Amino acid sequence: MRCKVCRGHAVVDIRRHNAAFCPDHFVDHVTSQVAKALKEFKMATVEDRLLIAVSGGKDSLAVWDVLMNLGYDTTAFYLDLGIGGYSARSKEAAVAFAGSRGGKLITRSLREEHGFTVPELSTLTRRVPCSGCGLNKRYEFNRAALEEGFDVLVTGHNLDDEVATLFGNVLGWNTQMLGRQRPVLQERIVGAGDSRAFVKKIKPLVRIAERETAAYALIRGIDYIVEECPMVEGNTQHRYKEALTLLEEASPGTKHRMYFGFLKNASDRFAEDRGSAELIPCTDCGAPTVASGAHGVEKLMCSFCKTKALAHARRAERTNDSVHGAEQR
Amino acid sequence: MGVKVKLRNPDRLLEISGPRTVTALLNQLEVVSEGVLVIRDATLLTRDERLGPDDEIEIRPVLSGGSHPAGDGR
Repeated sequence: MRCKVCRGHAVVDIRRHNAAFCPDHFVDHVTSQVAKALKEFKMATVEDRLLIAVSGGKDSLAVWDVLMNLGYDTTAFYLDLGIGGYSARSKEAAVAFAGSRGGKLITRSLREEHGFTVPELSTLTRRVPCSGCGLNKRYEFNRAALEEGFDVLVTGHNLDDEVATLFGNVLGWNTQMLGRQRPVLQERIVGAGDSRAFVKKIKPLVRIAERETAAYALIRGIDYIVEECPMVEGNTQHRYKEALTLLEEASPGTKHRMYFGFLKNASDRFAEDRGSAELIPCTDCGAPTVASGAHGVEKLMCSFCKTKALAHARRAERTNDSVHGAEQR
Repeated sequence: MGVKVKLRNPDRLLEISGPRTVTALLNQLEVVSEGVLVIRDATLLTRDERLGPDDEIEIRPVLSGGSHPAGDGR
């Protein structure tokens, strides 16, 4: 195959665009697609301070790389989830990338911040690991962005991520989530005050398929963590991606048509389902939570604090049980 | 001698006889091409690229799973 731009030897073919690119022009292509998304959805300006949630994987490191090259003011944030050697290696990848590009990186540890890891949380709450992992990341990313004074939180969600989420929301007719699924989520304020509850969140890779972010990372020499998270087995999101990739293989452009067709033709139809309940501070940590339907103090806690309280309560029960068991023996 | 193929997650090595192109190799292994990158000597290969009998190829999956911060968690 020949590069669509220079007719040189192509290394990446994108069937949905009916195009192939040499390394340099593929990097240009990805960069222009990200720039297009940033402009089309009014994601950020070069004056904004951007906090990029990085995992050591290809998508988050790629979006950081592109945004740096486009001249944005970026700092990355890595959250150590405590998933054994996997977390250690993913952190190494994030730290090494930051070092190689001279990028600013903030790191925090879930265990140090809250006293548990993702595997421990899963065991204690008896919930699937990915559920607790997502909750922790959403909470910590937003907290870090607010505490450190960033204007915008950036995530590495790509076209495949968004289509898989859309697919899942349609399968379950989750109209509330369909109403909220946008490439930009604007900041929100707590109550009638002027303090930010949720920082603005953007997904600049929505025009880039996952195969393309992986190709971009490889071409740019980004040494991302290739191994899959050991806790992901049986994950629903992954199953949806595999199913959609089969459809894409048979009919290139399926993912793009589904996602951008949704944004253009259907997203606003779910606007009333988005939920605009007033936000109030969590009674425990002060983070925003929904005020409506609250009955009693417990329900004024945010989801994260409820889960954290459950985990610590279960750990205390276990400790007491083992102490009593030892005494009886 | 055949094409030496490295598969990931988990890492394993295969030796495959016969495939002349990337597409033929992926078909032989029943791998969906949209879900992988094919790499030779740290260079990406397009689907029509020809393979030599002693090539060492990596087939790297690109679909990651896990938690998706669905919506905004608000």
